Amino acid sequence: MFKIFKYSFFDMIRNRWMFIYMGFFLLVTTVLLMLSNDVTKVIISLTNIIQVLTPLIGILFGTMYYYSSREFIELLLTQPLSRKSVFAGVYLGLAMSLSLSLVLGVTIPMLFFGVFTSSALSTFLTLLAMSVVLSIVFSLLAFLIAIRYEDKTKGFGVAIFTWLFFGIIYDGIFLMLLLVFKEYPLEKLTITLTFFNPIDLARILIILKLEISAMMGYTGAVLQKFLGSLNGTILITVMLTLWTVIPFALMLRKANKKDF
Amino acid sequence: MIKFENLYKSFGKNDVLKGIDIHFDHQGITAILGPNGSGKTTLIKCLLGLVLPDSGEIFFDKEKTLNQFEYRHHIAHLPQIARFPENLTALEIIDMITDLREGATRVEELIEMFDLKKELNKKMGTLSGGNRQKVNLLIALMYDTPAIILDEPSTGLDPVAIINLKQFLREEKAKGKLILITTHMMSFVEEMADNIAFLLEGKIYFDASLQQILADHNETNLERAIAKILHADLKKEVHV
Repeated sequence: MFKIFKYSFFDMIRNRWMFIYMGFFLLVTTVLLMLSNDVTKVIISLTNIIQVLTPLIGILFGTMYYYSSREFIELLLTQPLSRKSVFAGVYLGLAMSLSLSLVLGVTIPMLFFGVFTSSALSTFLTLLAMSVVLSIVFSLLAFLIAIRYEDKTKGFGVAIFTWLFFGIIYDGIFLMLLLVFKEYPLEKLTITLTFFNPIDLARILIILKLEISAMMGYTGAVLQKFLGSLNGTILITVMLTLWTVIPFALMLRKANKKDF
Repeated sequence: MIKFENLYKSFGKNDVLKGIDIHFDHQGITAILGPNGSGKTTLIKCLLGLVLPDSGEIFFDKEKTLNQFEYRHHIAHLPQIARFPENLTALEIIDMITDLREGATRVEELIEMFDLKKELNKKMGTLSGGNRQKVNLLIALMYDTPAIILDEPSTGLDPVAIINLKQFLREEKAKGKLILITTHMMSFVEEMADNIAFLLEGKIYFDASLQQILADHNETNLERAIAKILHADLKKEVHV
């Protein structure tokens, strides 16, 4: 698996889109830091950007990469290599390079502003963890979609819809439910619904860390009230871990049952 | 060495393999023949583990192949439609496979045989159809394996390459290897094959030696013998 990972990873980091992706975060972080010297404020702004952009880029790039690697994957599958190691290797190469571009893009400007000696270091690390997890989850969803749909157009359509669903539609439905059932106690429903959206989970994780109640929204407030910041953080971390482990297992299962 | 037991496979409503029972134990060259869509490529892909059968078993050296991969060390496989990463050169692909598989290769010998030296540093996407097929053959045959399976090896090859390939296969056969070939070129079969397995509508229609088929039907030409067999069968059906 490691060798396949190596090929996939080096293939990806030579891709100019990875440079553009990293360049974008370099630029945005630098500009934000220049506009406001307060690292915490920059982290909040970055949270807002990352929670929209990493899922989108993760899912689009993941789908694109799978489709363009189909030949490579088919070539590998005729070799004495297990399907699991082929798919795990190719996927990890993608996930690692996506995460690396993002982490470097955000961290390099932050280094110059002394983030590692500032009090916001742990929040910054949470932000990095959140962006890596979102990249992993959405590129995994991309692989699941692309393995399922042979037709590229369909695959991209489903991928964009998935992003739209978790990024916008889900929150809309959530809000509607809260409004319709406002007469009833909704705390449990709120917490449960949050668990099914990785973007919400990641956002709340940072907000709990920052302890800015104004930004928490209903879900964040409920989580903090019922679980406290620490328990809330632990629970969210567990859920986000499940969000990476379960789709990964599903992806390998689907790949194992596919005809090439 | 290779055994298919009651193999079924369908793609949606399309039943491609309908109970294949055949074993290939004899050394030498067996041609798998059959009209388009009779399931030749699916059968080979099942053996390679690329297509998963709905039911039935496949054995390689008496071991089940399903969900295994080690046995592929012993099979050289030429896919019908070569799919390569288009942005890599032939040399990069060869290097990658040698790195992944390890062990001694006969790359140099094959480069010489197919006269590929000049093509090695070109990206796969820019190669002509014939040269692509040569690289495909090179990658398939670069390891010395006891079983060789070639799906339409002569597609796109020039006469010189075909002659060289035939010579190469004769040498491999002399080493006692099991060679399976699918092709639509009857002259290739007549010249090279010892045995013939004929697939029709997802079943093994007949499996016999080339001489036997020709003798049984009193023919010197394989194409005619096969036509006779199919025609006789059709008549029988109409009669019933």
